[in-house]
Amino acid sequence: MNSESNADMENRDIIRMANQIAAYFEAYPRTEALSGIAHHIKSFWDPRMRKQLVDYIDGGAEGLSPLVTAAISPPAKAKASS
Amino acid sequence: MTSANETLTLIKEKDFGTPAVHALNNKTVTLEIDGREITVPEGTSIMRAAADLGIMVPKLCATDHLDPFGSCRLCLVEIEGRRGTPASCTTPVAPGIKVTTQNDRLAKIRKGVMELYISDHPLDCLTCAANGDCELQDMAGEVGLREVRYGYEGQNHVFARQNGEANPMWQEKDRSNPYFQFEPSKCIVCSRCVRACEEVQGTFALTIDGRGFASHVAAGMDEDFLQSECVSCGACVQACPTATLIEKSVVDHGQPEHSIVTTCAYCGVGCSFKTEMQGERVVRMVPYKDGGANEGHSCVKGRFAFGYATHKDRVLNPMIREKITDPWREVSWEEAIAYAAERLKATQAKYGKGSIGGITSSRTTNEEVYAVQRMIRAAFGNNNVDTCARVCHSPTGYGLKQTFGESAGTQDFKSVDKSDVIMVVGANPTDAHPVFGSRMKKRLREGAKLIVVDPRRIDLVKSAHVAADHHLQLRPSTNVAVLNALSHVVVTEGLVDRSFIAARCDKEAFARWEKFISDPKHSPETTEAITGVPAEEIRGAARLFATGGNAAIYYGLGVTEHSQGSTTVMAIANLAMATGNIGREGVGVNPLRGQNNVQGSCDMGSFPHEFPGYRHVSDDATRRLFEKQWGVKLDGEPGLRIPNMFDEASSGTFKGLFVHGEDIVQSDPNTNHVTHAMESMEIVIVQDLFLNETAAFAHVFFPGTSFLEKDGTFTNAERRVNRVRPVMKEKQGMAEWEIVCRLATAMGYPMMYTSAAAIMDEIAAVTPTFKNISFKKLDELGSVQWPCNDEAPEGTPVMHIDEFTRGKGRFMLTEFVPTPERSNSRFPLILTTGRILSQYNVGAQTRRTDNNVWYQEDILEMHVSDAEVRGLRDGQLASVTSRTGGTTLRVKISDRVPPGVVHTTFHFPVSGANVITTENSDWATNCPEYKVTAVQVNPSNRPSEWQGEWEERERENKRIEKPLVAAE
Repeated sequence: MNSESNADMENRDIIRMANQIAAYFEAYPRTEALSGIAHHIKSFWDPRMRKQLVDYIDGGAEGLSPLVTAAISPPAKAKASS
Repeated sequence: MTSANETLTLIKEKDFGTPAVHALNNKTVTLEIDGREITVPEGTSIMRAAADLGIMVPKLCATDHLDPFGSCRLCLVEIEGRRGTPASCTTPVAPGIKVTTQNDRLAKIRKGVMELYISDHPLDCLTCAANGDCELQDMAGEVGLREVRYGYEGQNHVFARQNGEANPMWQEKDRSNPYFQFEPSKCIVCSRCVRACEEVQGTFALTIDGRGFASHVAAGMDEDFLQSECVSCGACVQACPTATLIEKSVVDHGQPEHSIVTTCAYCGVGCSFKTEMQGERVVRMVPYKDGGANEGHSCVKGRFAFGYATHKDRVLNPMIREKITDPWREVSWEEAIAYAAERLKATQAKYGKGSIGGITSSRTTNEEVYAVQRMIRAAFGNNNVDTCARVCHSPTGYGLKQTFGESAGTQDFKSVDKSDVIMVVGANPTDAHPVFGSRMKKRLREGAKLIVVDPRRIDLVKSAHVAADHHLQLRPSTNVAVLNALSHVVVTEGLVDRSFIAARCDKEAFARWEKFISDPKHSPETTEAITGVPAEEIRGAARLFATGGNAAIYYGLGVTEHSQGSTTVMAIANLAMATGNIGREGVGVNPLRGQNNVQGSCDMGSFPHEFPGYRHVSDDATRRLFEKQWGVKLDGEPGLRIPNMFDEASSGTFKGLFVHGEDIVQSDPNTNHVTHAMESMEIVIVQDLFLNETAAFAHVFFPGTSFLEKDGTFTNAERRVNRVRPVMKEKQGMAEWEIVCRLATAMGYPMMYTSAAAIMDEIAAVTPTFKNISFKKLDELGSVQWPCNDEAPEGTPVMHIDEFTRGKGRFMLTEFVPTPERSNSRFPLILTTGRILSQYNVGAQTRRTDNNVWYQEDILEMHVSDAEVRGLRDGQLASVTSRTGGTTLRVKISDRVPPGVVHTTFHFPVSGANVITTENSDWATNCPEYKVTAVQVNPSNRPSEWQGEWEERERENKRIEKPLVAAE
């Protein structure tokens, strides 16, 4: 296994977990959903996982729920939607 | 070992003859027995009233854990003004009656009855296994039997041959059960065994066959015990007043001389047992009548399957090795601990403080768990501590905290006695929580209604004298859709308990939920396409639940181990609140916990985001409290959860792991991913009884202690803190919390306690819900259910009575989100995993007992239609593959699973059930989705490739180097 595919695999896990959290909060009004997602990730994710997520968002956020990008990193979301 | 100065004794619980009665309106009756006045609850038997006075009326067929039967005619009494000699066990007290229990007339009758009993009973008392513990012998003594005039010439059950010919009445000993024997020639046909099987266990495996003198006890269809439907709970053995049904260990070793009360180390029911001993040998385990969780009952595991504790496979010396391919080398404790500390420190120096962590065990005591999490937080200096509850009930903790404010079940087990409607969701109590299952069945036989939500037809759906009123046989992974549909019916048909909502719940959250759940997309008619459950069945179940009286929900891993596990827990809480079924006896939300101390390990701060008492690590006040207590700065950021540890190991930021009493390589999902992570670690320490699957990847092995050697407490599914008392000294020479303290100290953080009791004192000092708990208090009260504090000094059987822990109950929105794990043309079946009665979890304990006679290998249950199209026959080997891996299992054709669903257990490592399961997990907690894996099954004739690798690893990675004999 080379390091590149390793990184892909890790990102896949991070994307899956973040998108699942977003899918739960989707039922709530948008502002509540965004704070719910941000709070959940801050409360339960180790800082290195959070950093990985932020890095991934900065890198384009491909495959990530827009709710996650909006919740975690508003500037990144602005960048992604521009 | 502690409590060295206590005098040991053999505990004999008083038998009051008939069960205690709780009279309506607490009405009492006053009567006179042998000239003494006594007042008892209305409906009490004369026998029990006499026993309350200390007058023990002779008896054989009566015992206080069974309803009175009135067959032995030994307990006859006289009542002034009444004719005849009524049986005191079946005659209730009446106001003002005058009872005589002993006079010449009664003595003569009793002697006559005993003489008849003994005329058909062998007289080998001196060599009989029950000698010293035989009620028949006691009664013969009490009534003063001095001769038997009838002889043995006539018909009898005693002799194999009679007048030179075979005696058709005589039956051979049945030794088929591995733990007890049945010797019919010693039977007095009192029916206690038959009644225990019915009333206490609820299996109905025994009966009295024949009539008159030919009456005899028969198992099943008059077959041997092992072939019958007997579940080997041992209730009949305990009930037998003679040597007819007796433990083989008593036959082999004789009667015990002292006993110590302790707590079972199997499931989350947490049964209390008297460990009956000869010196340091356990002769037998007898369920303790005063045990709060089990009240005198047990199952095959707790009562009989304790042999693993002294099994030859137990490792008793610390061992180390440089590489996992090296053989193990036995060393001293000092060397092993220093070596482990050195490697942990080196790993941190190289990869950073956060590069190591640990896993606490849900099988060890609260005190041991507390010590491990303290070591990780204080000595490792991070919050990388998690527990195996991660992979079973973490969604319970999350879901109930969000809705009710406390991460625990709401009731005690006894509460089910007051339930009118019982809903069981994704749980199989008769297999996985058998003693509670028996209790539930008893209530069902009394008339409570039953709703079962499960893809499988579990035993509760239809078994002796129990049948589900509604079986919602849903497709795996559709729990949320079913629960939403139930709540939809409650809301749209006007069945909401409005006054409960108004008084107890957050109004805004309820209003929002009401609108959400009323949406037609949640109706049973719409969701039928998703769940496969007929709409009418859902509507019927919802109406019954909302209007049938006290309604209680019990659930298990079939709820939590899903991608929407936490959502399902919240949906369950919503339904209970909407119908007002919280805060009193007979109702509530009750997670059935898997392991003996899952609740306790969670309470003790084993989660990477929470300190003991479920307080977040980022909370400054809490952190300061622990910083002061432990004298060290603590990290305010959450650490890694178990699945995250594996992920980070693969990516290179997590390199060292301490694993306590948990076999993650066998029990965690996607084995190949786990083993890859384990192989990439620089230091793995395993503390366990056995060289388990995880130990194959370890560099240091610290031998642990069995529950028979531990001093401490377990907390069961009812939040009941039970004492675990050592009955023998530690076989490897050190308490497990002490090993942990020494390792922490060797890492540069001095940590030590004087005893397990001292650890509990610290827990009480820093955890508000444990404030008033101490070993002293537990020894006084027997057990305590937390919260135990100044407001509830004797504990809290039922929670959220006047208000929820969080104040107002909070309804949460629970949108159904389908799992990505779906069947398709390549993997057309859904595999779900579970347990069976005789084996337990990864099987490390039960596989090392005679329980293997009931279940020798993990079996794949499959519906006949799925088997037929694949050309699979019963008993044939089949390959089972998912997108993550494949293994080979033996097929059993079964109608317990519907078409499209297959089921297996994970009790045997060679099966590799978790080679197949995936990395999918609960959205909130990362609890793995064990219950849903898309698979294909095909005929096979050989073990899988993985099984070949396993065999090799089993051989290579578990070698122990024999020390060389030093040459002089």
